Amino acid sequence: MRPTDIDRKLERLLLTVQKPGRYTGGELNQIAKDWRRVPTRVAMIFPDVYDLGMANLGLAILYDIVNRQPDMLAERVFSPWPDMEAALRREAIPAYSLETKHPLNEFDVLAFSLPYETLYTNLLNLLDLGGVPIRTASRGEHDPLVIAGGHAVLNPEPMASFVDAFAIGEGEDVILEIVRCYQEWKGTGRPRLDMLRALARIWGVYVPALFEPQYLDDGTLAQVEPLFPEAQLPVVKRIVPKLPPPLTRFIVPYIDVTHNRIPIEIMRGCTRGCRFCQAGMITRPVRERPVAEVVEAIEQALDLTGFEEVGLLSLSSSDYDEVLDLVREVSRRFAGRRVGLSLPSLRIETFSVELMDLLEGQAHRGGFTLAPEAATERMREIINKPVTSEQLLTTAREVFRHGWHSLKLYFMIGHPSETMDDVQAIADLCKQVRDIGRDEIGGRVKVTAGVSTFVPKPHTPFQWVACDSLDQIRAKQARLRRELRGPGLKLNWNNPQETQLEAWLSRGDRRMGEVILGAWQRGARFDAWTEHHDHEAWMQAFAASGLEPAFYTHRERPIDEVFPWDHIDAAVSKRFLTEDYLWSLEGRTRVDCRERCFACGILPRFAELRRTHPGEVWECPEVRTPSRKKVEVIPLVPA
Amino acid sequence: MTSSQTTPIRFRLTFRKMDGIRFTGTLDLQRSLERTIRRARLPLAYTQGFNPRPRLSLGAALPLGLTSDCELADLWLEEDRDHGGILEDLRLASPPGLEFLDLTVVPDDEPSLQQQIVAAEYLAEIEPGLDLTEAKDRVGSLLKLKTVLRERRGKPYDLRPLVEALEIVSSVSTRTVLHMRLTAREGATGRPDEVLLALGLDPPDARLHRSRLILSTVKVPG
Repeated sequence: MRPTDIDRKLERLLLTVQKPGRYTGGELNQIAKDWRRVPTRVAMIFPDVYDLGMANLGLAILYDIVNRQPDMLAERVFSPWPDMEAALRREAIPAYSLETKHPLNEFDVLAFSLPYETLYTNLLNLLDLGGVPIRTASRGEHDPLVIAGGHAVLNPEPMASFVDAFAIGEGEDVILEIVRCYQEWKGTGRPRLDMLRALARIWGVYVPALFEPQYLDDGTLAQVEPLFPEAQLPVVKRIVPKLPPPLTRFIVPYIDVTHNRIPIEIMRGCTRGCRFCQAGMITRPVRERPVAEVVEAIEQALDLTGFEEVGLLSLSSSDYDEVLDLVREVSRRFAGRRVGLSLPSLRIETFSVELMDLLEGQAHRGGFTLAPEAATERMREIINKPVTSEQLLTTAREVFRHGWHSLKLYFMIGHPSETMDDVQAIADLCKQVRDIGRDEIGGRVKVTAGVSTFVPKPHTPFQWVACDSLDQIRAKQARLRRELRGPGLKLNWNNPQETQLEAWLSRGDRRMGEVILGAWQRGARFDAWTEHHDHEAWMQAFAASGLEPAFYTHRERPIDEVFPWDHIDAAVSKRFLTEDYLWSLEGRTRVDCRERCFACGILPRFAELRRTHPGEVWECPEVRTPSRKKVEVIPLVPA
Repeated sequence: MTSSQTTPIRFRLTFRKMDGIRFTGTLDLQRSLERTIRRARLPLAYTQGFNPRPRLSLGAALPLGLTSDCELADLWLEEDRDHGGILEDLRLASPPGLEFLDLTVVPDDEPSLQQQIVAAEYLAEIEPGLDLTEAKDRVGSLLKLKTVLRERRGKPYDLRPLVEALEIVSSVSTRTVLHMRLTAREGATGRPDEVLLALGLDPPDARLHRSRLILSTVKVPG
């Protein structure tokens, strides 16, 4: 269908759906190039609704990078909400790009962002709506190249049958290498497989069709066998040695979206080593942006967008070396511009309260958020988040003293070896915090416990751990619901069935692809949305595939089990993860790795990069000795 | 930072709303205008108090999907500047689909924009066109009626008194253009899509455009 036809049909249709502003494109700072004059067209796809997708920083960065190339264009695609999907299907309108309304199957490359697993069925749905064959194996020479990146693809196997190539790790550099590789192949008349084999030579690219998993009788993986010479294992994640200057020209939606703000990443990676945290493990090494660069970027972005809020993003803001300088400089420089600043993920210490004080000034007092994750010291030692309860209570007191009424505390249930006493402690701690609040500010105090359920993620020290069963989770949640009642207390929790789905999808092997396909065929979509979550569809898909759900989630793994993601190297070694897991069983903790390097594997893996990027750029120790390889290429100077 | 000594100056901005932004509702449009003013680095005034709000108000919400070349907004700036310069700054900062046409100073003691608006004029371009005789018949019979009872969001109301004028301005075989003037007072606002329905037409078949807002202080010609 031609773009003009799509436009004409949309004209009639948009007034019949909710929030039509999701589907028009044309916003400020959008880049719409002349389709006919640009040879290579890339669709940047976030397979969820516009409102969420527009908050995805990764997608915005890659959109900018690709559009900077004169011979490439990038356009955005998001999932239609179910009402719009029904309208599109009824009118036979394909999934289209917002910029120029081209159907998906007219693009050269479809680049999906997969930050979390519950987007998988939406990816399949978009391929289907866009007229692209669902399976890699069914795609021909004229079909688009389907690639995917983001945190979820650190275990690419569940989606291996549907995605041609995965970009493992950071996308800033690899995206162009992938598109260039496609350009070299396009029009040569050579088979598609040639292109896939060439892609596999790029650092960070995993092409599943070039490998075959083999299983043992017990259903676990024996090995992943390379089928072609280009298929080298392991596939090492891609990183950028130094963070490039931040994006500042953000698209400004016409409508209200999830985050109406300028996102500026101040730091990538985390030195803390919480054992449940996948992001903390897979985004190493820690790299910071200089204060001056961040401040400059905020200034530019404010001028270009007019947003009234700036989010300074990182996994642990307090650990940004010059956080105080940053906050002071930002408050000074933008005073008078009526800019709200948020600094998420602050440590549990009174310094955090001082930081927030500086940031927010006296005028506005929203909520304050802290994430103790567990309520007993024993539990916090197991997960390696060694904060004392006293520290938490002292910080909470400061929060209330500084004028906040509302304190949100994030916890997780289902940590390894957790007992009902540990769960009860969550409730007790929340009440203690509430009582402190009453002491300080009286009846206005509000304590919200956000209690999610732990999922043992790939590439973390807890990857061997079994998930709690539905019954266990329900019993723990029931205890919390019973205990956390009454004035000043509020409890949020997750549907255990949704947690279970997240666990299957993140821990699955290549066979899980059939379950995902089956669930999508049975109507599963928007699995991350409680109102759309369809447990029945998933259970039927499991039954039809002959796979056993509990095999993936409720089995404690032997220490030497081969995992479906072991051939993907996140550069934190399995040896380190194993040691850390064993330490957790003994309740042994590790300090911040800036104080002492624990040899997680990053430095040996990226020694050369670290050597060529010395100093403050990384938080890891410096590598001064030139590697042997480097010595070999130094020419001998005759005396 | 807010200079409370000087009284903010009230401006009235006339603008066109076209293209993709016509699917943006009033609340979001208000936000778009605020951001435009921020990008233009104009000193927008804020309300006093614990939760300061930008002093910007839109007149007569435009139904979703309609284009217009007569939208009005009142905004207050902390300091006076060259008016041509303000308009130029706003134009440079405008998002696609909004075109700023005019900026004038309004006495601060006038009633709110919303209170001044009394009626709105619309053009409806209907595709495929109606037979001219048929179209005239339908318009004529609607105008003859004393009451036109309709229901909107579950509430019955009489549309007829809200229709101040209705006529066919052109009709060829492929399209018919209707012109209508509807009351647009607070609590008594006629919707152009409701008029189409009352004429037995399907609103998605029409392109609706607002061509004029009529203010109580402005003399209505004719």
